Amino acid sequence: MESAVESSAALPAQGASAPAIALERLRRDYGERPVLRDVSIELPAGETLAVLGPNGAGKTTLLRILATLLRPTAGAVSVLGAPLPRYALRARGRIGYLGHQPLLYRELTVRENLWFNARLHAVEREPTRIEELLARAGLARRGDELVRNLSAGMLQRAAICRTLLHEPELLLLDEPRSHLDAAASAVVDELLGPAPGRSRVIVTHEPEAALADADRVLLLRADGGVIHAGAASELSAGDVRAVYTGTVR
Amino acid sequence: MSAFRAVLAKDLRTELRTLESVPAMALFAATTFVLFRFGLDRTTLEGALAAGVLLATVLFAAILAINRVFVAEREQGGFDVIRLSPVDGASLYAAKVCVLAIYLGALELIAVPVFAVLFSVEAGGLPALAAMLLLANIGLAAVGALVSSIAVNSRARDLIAPLLLLPLLVPVMIAAAGAAEPLLAAGGPSYADFGQWMGILALYDLVFIAVGYAVYDFLLED
Repeated sequence: MESAVESSAALPAQGASAPAIALERLRRDYGERPVLRDVSIELPAGETLAVLGPNGAGKTTLLRILATLLRPTAGAVSVLGAPLPRYALRARGRIGYLGHQPLLYRELTVRENLWFNARLHAVEREPTRIEELLARAGLARRGDELVRNLSAGMLQRAAICRTLLHEPELLLLDEPRSHLDAAASAVVDELLGPAPGRSRVIVTHEPEAALADADRVLLLRADGGVIHAGAASELSAGDVRAVYTGTVR
Repeated sequence: MSAFRAVLAKDLRTELRTLESVPAMALFAATTFVLFRFGLDRTTLEGALAAGVLLATVLFAAILAINRVFVAEREQGGFDVIRLSPVDGASLYAAKVCVLAIYLGALELIAVPVFAVLFSVEAGGLPALAAMLLLANIGLAAVGALVSSIAVNSRARDLIAPLLLLPLLVPVMIAAAGAAEPLLAAGGPSYADFGQWMGILALYDLVFIAVGYAVYDFLLED
């Protein structure tokens, strides 16, 4: 029987400089309702893409497609050189996904959750890696607390540790600063910031920060269509805000 | 193998911490035996009736665990965690089958002695009964993990899981009852057709483990 996803064995040869993501006329429908329409953009490896748009524009759906958690309805999607959904298994393990859910088990401690994820990703020197991340996230002393007892901000930091545990090449971040105070935001910015060999796709509602941070921008309309897909320098924060306020449709 | 061990350890640790499944199953089984004792107005059971009471009780208690075995994966994002990692779904399936089989074994360690005491069952057939229950547990767990992962995504999972599960488990119940009836017979156990029924149970287990292994990746995907 053919597997739902295939490993890398049968993957066509990729050049060393495969883009981090490549979307061509991507469409995703939920039933009859289109959520993303004709999205095409390419993100070279090592760069950052900011995804902006009002609520319901399909930003989270796009991120879940890139994370191999959702299948596109139509169009071509390639992540880290692996065409999706067929070669999803090749991309998995090289992606770090931070969504709205922390993806942590409430009845386990933070350390136990990280240990569980480390085993799934076959992380080498897992105790060292876990302690290093907990220390950097300011959670070293809270590592033995059950996840269900953490505050929202602590939970977000723990989820970030999970996202970074296996040193992914591509970070998919859905509003990474949510629930964080200013001090925690600074810690998180350091953890999730640019790094050699790291590509990032960031969904955010902060136009100024996104434009300063990103090399490229994907600006979506409320109906999932594309307003802008290109260099961040071609847009201003005012252009983005106009989309949010409905001045541009 | 690492993923299998990780999921197994995670689930057992969670159960030891929360005691959500096994105590509920054991309490259900003990209560059901008491109801049978008064409902049937019997202080002793033997043969087909004894096998029926024991196996039906274990089956319905198993449904409690089967309904819950994927709830954390569904509600806390465990399915996404697995799909984001470079492991195939078969590891998750194999771990969940083991988890359910362990829960059932733990249940029977409590339920069978209670059953034996309440209904004055002769102890001679109990070792063979334990071997039969082991094979029946694997079948229950193999089908239960498969059905539970389908039902857990539905809001009516408490209804859907038994509706899908019970017809699939009819062969297990026939073979298990066939094996148990002579073991619980009045006047001492008989082992006449025991090997044949055990063979049927083993074949059933193999078929459903193979089916689960083959289809599980498809069940996990969007």
